[in-house]
Amino acid sequence: MSTTAATPGPQASEQEKASGSGFFHKLYTSQFAIDFVGRRRLWYAISIALILISLLAVAVRGLNLGIEFTGGSVFTVPVSQVGDDTVSQVRSTVIDSGVPDVSGAQVTTVGDNSIRVQTRSLSTEEVVQLRQALAGQEEGVTSDDVTYQLIGPSWGSQITVKAIQALVVFLVLVGVMIWIFFRNWRMSVSALLALAHDLIVTVGLYALIGFTFTPATLIGLLTILGYSLYDTVVVFDKVREKTVNITKQNRTFSDAANTAINDVLVRSINTTLLGVLPVLALLIAGVVFMGGDGPLADLGLALLLGMVAGAYSSLFIATPLFSQLRERQPDMVKHRANLAKRARRAKARVQIATTEVDETADPATVITGPVPVTSEEGPDRPLGSKNSAGRAQPARTTRAQRKK
Amino acid sequence: MAARNTTHFSPWKRLGAFGLVVVLLYVMMALTDSWTPRLGLDLRGGTTITLTARNDADGSTPSQENMETARTIIQNRVDSLGVGESSVTLQGDRQIEVSVPNVSGDELVDLVGTTARLAFRNVYYMDYSAVAQQPASDGQSGTEGESDGAQDTGSADESAPSDQGSGEPSSAQSPAGRVLPELPTSPSPAPTERPTAAGSGPADFEGRLNWTPSQQDYTDFASWDCDQATPDVEDQPLFACSEDGQYKYLLGPVLISGENVTDATAGVPQNEVSWVVNLDFDETGADEFGQATTYLATQQSPLNEFAIVLDGEVISAPQVSEAIVSGSAQISGGNINQETATTLANQLKYGALPIAFDVSSVNTVSPTLGGDQLTAGLIAGAVGLGLVLLYSFVYYRGLGIVVAGSLIAAAVVTWATLVLLGTAVGFAMNLPGIAGAIVAIGVTADSFIVYFERIRDEIRDGYSLRHSIQSGWTKARGTIAMADAVQLLSAVVLFILAMGTVKGFAFTLGVTTGIDLFIVFFFTHPLVTLLGRTAFFGQGKRFSGFEPEHLGVSRASLTGLRRARGGAPAATGDDGDRSADDSKES
Repeated sequence: MSTTAATPGPQASEQEKASGSGFFHKLYTSQFAIDFVGRRRLWYAISIALILISLLAVAVRGLNLGIEFTGGSVFTVPVSQVGDDTVSQVRSTVIDSGVPDVSGAQVTTVGDNSIRVQTRSLSTEEVVQLRQALAGQEEGVTSDDVTYQLIGPSWGSQITVKAIQALVVFLVLVGVMIWIFFRNWRMSVSALLALAHDLIVTVGLYALIGFTFTPATLIGLLTILGYSLYDTVVVFDKVREKTVNITKQNRTFSDAANTAINDVLVRSINTTLLGVLPVLALLIAGVVFMGGDGPLADLGLALLLGMVAGAYSSLFIATPLFSQLRERQPDMVKHRANLAKRARRAKARVQIATTEVDETADPATVITGPVPVTSEEGPDRPLGSKNSAGRAQPARTTRAQRKK
Repeated sequence: MAARNTTHFSPWKRLGAFGLVVVLLYVMMALTDSWTPRLGLDLRGGTTITLTARNDADGSTPSQENMETARTIIQNRVDSLGVGESSVTLQGDRQIEVSVPNVSGDELVDLVGTTARLAFRNVYYMDYSAVAQQPASDGQSGTEGESDGAQDTGSADESAPSDQGSGEPSSAQSPAGRVLPELPTSPSPAPTERPTAAGSGPADFEGRLNWTPSQQDYTDFASWDCDQATPDVEDQPLFACSEDGQYKYLLGPVLISGENVTDATAGVPQNEVSWVVNLDFDETGADEFGQATTYLATQQSPLNEFAIVLDGEVISAPQVSEAIVSGSAQISGGNINQETATTLANQLKYGALPIAFDVSSVNTVSPTLGGDQLTAGLIAGAVGLGLVLLYSFVYYRGLGIVVAGSLIAAAVVTWATLVLLGTAVGFAMNLPGIAGAIVAIGVTADSFIVYFERIRDEIRDGYSLRHSIQSGWTKARGTIAMADAVQLLSAVVLFILAMGTVKGFAFTLGVTTGIDLFIVFFFTHPLVTLLGRTAFFGQGKRFSGFEPEHLGVSRASLTGLRRARGGAPAATGDDGDRSADDSKES
């Protein structure tokens, strides 16, 4: 389509707006020809590097697990204004509260007017005690204004077990889903590898930067799997459409797949942008209003990282992988051999006759049978009226005609 | 061509169907008079507690029946706070989640976390319950079995100290308590609001022991019956019924709380034949029990009874025949057999909960913080929606109207759905839920992208706009349906697997994805079809989003005036053929 449609150059008078911005115009008119499949080694290398860094980060730094997983207590104390000494003041309040074993409490500011105190998992009596102590240091703050969250130590480990179960169940289900959608193990394997890539890279970023990993983060991650899967599904759908009778096309599977990716590229970018915009709003609201604490920021961050990784992997990992696997099959090997033979003959023929290449004279048709049906965008497709097989074709008029 | 298959329903009919559904939804909202979704506790303040059942003594997991019993009992305890809209639900096979709005966490944790809500209170008046409709004639004693009295097993030390001196109320209350003949027939005035929080009643033990009911208490008690809820507050009188619902009692403030009971066992004492329940108190309990029994022993029936109240029910109302100061008492009686004795002992020891619970997590949110979270969520939603609309208008120009219209339609339907779900199944919108709805904006907008891109693909292939809108739809709807199916499936799986509040995220994500499907089929597609018939969109005017220059086709091709059927430049002669074709398609 975009690759061969007789696109008028951007020089048309009505188009000065679009011609100015190269990328945007390309985006708008879908004129992309990025070699996703051909340069797969580069993409693989990038991804493998990312995965290695991620694994290393998780192994060395580990995940900064939220108290939901580790158990603990978190108090949020409203204060009129956070000052320079507020943190140390609150810390001494905590230590002087009479609750044992709280010297390791983490005291942080959240926004301009609240303080977050994280301690070990307290008993309910200790909670009351500390709550009163924290409320007492600020005028007009009652015990009820000090909100808290308490997670028992055994509960934390239960949550962790449950989270891991959820992850495993979800991955298995996603695998089944992929298998049902594609009914082709090569596609399934490629899609699963792409998903694994998204998951590892996102988790790796969490470990690397030290973001807190909460149940909301996990839910965000699992949502990503659905999202990324869907992105891959759409790309593969197009690939399948473009390669349904590849043996009758004048190009290799990889070329057809690459064309397919370029065709859905605009949609993919649009989808990702539209998905990312609300998520960005979530993240910003979570950071600005809630001080980066709570489900808005947790979900927003996980979704943002995962969506970007998901869009990347569908295009740069899943499809090249699938092409590679597909090209290894015997029929594709044969197809490539045919194409090579055809190309040699065409080359030879060009040397003999300099006249226009006529399709009826193309020896390829004799070998491969019927006239190509769906090859309207083959880059080396000979132009001829019969190729359309009765289907509508892009209007290929001269500029003079178009201006009418 | 493909257009044929997709125009079974005219766009107007589809829009009509959409309108009908919206009207129906809002009529249902009007009928139930609910216009805003129920808000979760993280958005309006409240306390959520997760309790985990401990294993039974033999290490086995607690049975489902026991969990359900415990749930009901905890629900009753929470209801006794009189806060309304609380929920106590089973989560998984051993968790109970308690959510109560606007209650200080400490109070609630004490209330639900303890196994025993046992208390000893003085009896001031008792009567047959009208609800039980049992014309039993056996007078004033409590549940027959236990009414024989508590016997002292320890040294019956009669020297109850000065407390006896504080017995002056006895003269006043004795007649008042016994006979108030006008009570059953008195025109019952609207009962006064009973206090639901401690603090206004007598604070110390002596005050409680010497407490007497006011006339108002008697009046309220007369009009009260067992089927009405009543607040169970420590320093206030309590209206309670016997377990079998036969008798109702007017009780004083709590004299001794269940925490002071150190042990309770059922057994047959040596040299005796009947079952008894042995009761041991700690030091405070022994002292208070001593004072109380010393006082009670001097009273007339039923004022010489104390009631053992468990979760607002009188499980036993023994008469006191003598002062018991040893800290150890025995409940015996005609009806006590092995079974009832064991049950009573267990109730005294563990409270009513059949299982012991650990407090696994507590989450309190003050109303202020809840309001802040709500604001943050709403702002995030508004900003997200704004950004998506902005992008749509920049990228799709005039078609941005379709995106805006569809998103607004989706919002209208989503709102109604969430409100109705709140009414119907008690769904409460929480912060992760709002996040889910915001994320869904992207998912919803994506369906439009799929559709628009397909239309543009078709136009690039040389079809007219009108034709492309139909054929693009035929190709896009499969993709949209599949995309939504994937999203829906993951939402369902997440919902099942998710824990706690993050369930809300999966829930709204699933609901909004379903709504998206509905909107695309019944709103967006008909709308685009209709817009395609207008001059602005249909002829690809500037800023319509269908500008032929941007799509790389000629205006003639877009409007269907000319199509290069035979490919390449050879397509000059068949204008007539084309327009005939086109009229068929549209």
